[in-house]
Amino acid sequence: MNIQAPIKHTAAEEVLFQSCEAANAAVACSEESQKLREAAVAQLRDNGFPTRRVESWHYTDLRAAVKQLSTPTGSRVSTPLLAGSKVLSADTHIAGVKIEPWSADKAQFAPLESDDAVGQINTALATCGSIATIEAGQTIDTPLSIENRGAHARNVVSIGAGASATIIESVSGDDGFSSDVTLISLAEGAKATYVATCEKGADAIQLGQLRVALGKDANLDIVIFNAGGRLIRREIIVLVEGEGSNLDIKGVNLIGGNSHIDVTTVLQHTVPNTVSEQLFRNISTGKGQGVFQGQIKVHQIAQKTDAQMACNTLLLSNDASFSAKPELEIFADDVICAHGATVAELDEDHLFYLCARGITERTARALLVEAFVDEAVEQIENEALVEALETRIGAWLEANG
Amino acid sequence: MLEIKDLHAKIAGTDTEIIKGLNLSVKAGEVAAIMGPNGSGKSTLSYILAGRDDYEVTSGDILFNGESILEMDPSERAAAGLFLAFQYPMEIPGVATMQFLKVAMNEQRKARGEEELKTPDFIKLVKEAAGDLEISMEMLKRPLNVGFSGGEKKRAEILQMKLLAPSLCVLDETDSGLDIDALKIVSEGVNSLRSPDRATIVITHYQRLLDYIVPDSVHVLSKGRIVKTGDKELAKELEANGYTDIIAEAAA
Repeated sequence: MNIQAPIKHTAAEEVLFQSCEAANAAVACSEESQKLREAAVAQLRDNGFPTRRVESWHYTDLRAAVKQLSTPTGSRVSTPLLAGSKVLSADTHIAGVKIEPWSADKAQFAPLESDDAVGQINTALATCGSIATIEAGQTIDTPLSIENRGAHARNVVSIGAGASATIIESVSGDDGFSSDVTLISLAEGAKATYVATCEKGADAIQLGQLRVALGKDANLDIVIFNAGGRLIRREIIVLVEGEGSNLDIKGVNLIGGNSHIDVTTVLQHTVPNTVSEQLFRNISTGKGQGVFQGQIKVHQIAQKTDAQMACNTLLLSNDASFSAKPELEIFADDVICAHGATVAELDEDHLFYLCARGITERTARALLVEAFVDEAVEQIENEALVEALETRIGAWLEANG
Repeated sequence: MLEIKDLHAKIAGTDTEIIKGLNLSVKAGEVAAIMGPNGSGKSTLSYILAGRDDYEVTSGDILFNGESILEMDPSERAAAGLFLAFQYPMEIPGVATMQFLKVAMNEQRKARGEEELKTPDFIKLVKEAAGDLEISMEMLKRPLNVGFSGGEKKRAEILQMKLLAPSLCVLDETDSGLDIDALKIVSEGVNSLRSPDRATIVITHYQRLLDYIVPDSVHVLSKGRIVKTGDKELAKELEANGYTDIIAEAAA
């Protein structure tokens, strides 16, 4: 066994440990939950915030980024993405949806990997969230929303057999350090669209994780929308563990100013006959830094897996950057797996063609950039959602283009 | 309408001169054909007219309605009434053809200080123009030129030309990639735009297109200069004898 000298904690890490104690004192829970929380804090004490030396954080140096740790001063009241949506809070009544008051014991803490810093931070600090179950067989037409208003939210969303729903999780706010982890499970034949949006101010650090388990013949569309922030990390960890299940991820990252946005996906196909498709479209401008890490693991018994992954980025300024790291681990021999990552500038030929028709260069650029991003969004089935996202994208490009 | 005076132009950032003292004058109402062998500078000329910054004009001038256009950017030239039908129209994913048409028409109107088109009026205009060119509304819902056949792309160019109603149309090898039926449709489209206050420059390799779009003047381009000018009979002579004699004669 290696003997390692304990690391010297940064000022921000010291504040983090104090916050952990405060969270502990504020939330009562069972001995079992308590042990899991303490274990998470111990992992954080051992390792501190991850640096580039941790492989899964190679492009995002959290330790360097978190200079000081402050609680968000309050969240902007953002307009809901979809009109008529209902918030999943304990005082909302929606037929077919069971909503329970949040408690640490219902937050499904679990032992964590040593490099799962988002999980550790959230486990140690979570004090709020939504606990909701879509009851088996129920079709919920009203869009449901989760607004992560507290600094550290932990949500549990279970979708019963044969049920269907559209859920939108949103986080906004101008500053501070926050995290959210959402555990999503789809039982046999369940169908859901899960949207996670993060629109943050220039000083905010936001760590998010979706941890998903897909049952037999389940169908899940995930839509990711990230814009702004000082540092945003969004992890999507999916166990495709039900035969015949289908996962579709569409993502848009709008990276400008001094933002650093990192999307990391880890998909495990553990059974035969499953499908996953990922498509990300990113804009990096100003001094924006973008990261995409996409890992697909296909287990040996998971024959007939069809896993596709694409990540396309437009760089609009000389100081902008984007790093993409696709990673496939395939142990089955009868699978279709493909990945593609492109980073490019606007096509001058396209620009000239539009300008030659009398479209000013400024308008032509905006048209091409918007078209590039919208291509990912337009493939989403829900038209209201497509329209809502295109409106947000248009507004961001107007302000940052 | 168009006057090109002793034009010299090179590929930007290099010393490669492509246009070497070109003179050409096209009057309102005139259809001028420019013919010439590969590499004579035909497409370069069309790009320079449209304002592509891959080429740099080193001397001479281009006057459009009496004013130099050299300092104008491509969108300003288009709004002033110049239209280039591309030899290879760009496929632009994600931009719906209808959206593109509307933005282009309204940007030009805006540049000229005119009011923007209202959507119903716009749709009516497109439907009329598209019908004549056998372009379905289904095709116009698709992203611009994406997955269009060669013929569809050229018809879409002519549709844009009809809708934007330029005063100078430059057609760069519009006949390339067209079968005979598509050639007829495209030619009819171009002919329907002939009018006393509009000029057309048809750039082509072959005389075939000129059977359908009959030119008033024919100019032979070789090594960046117009080496011979004549009427439509000159095109037939070229078709029969090739370029070699004329170019040799000019060099002598």
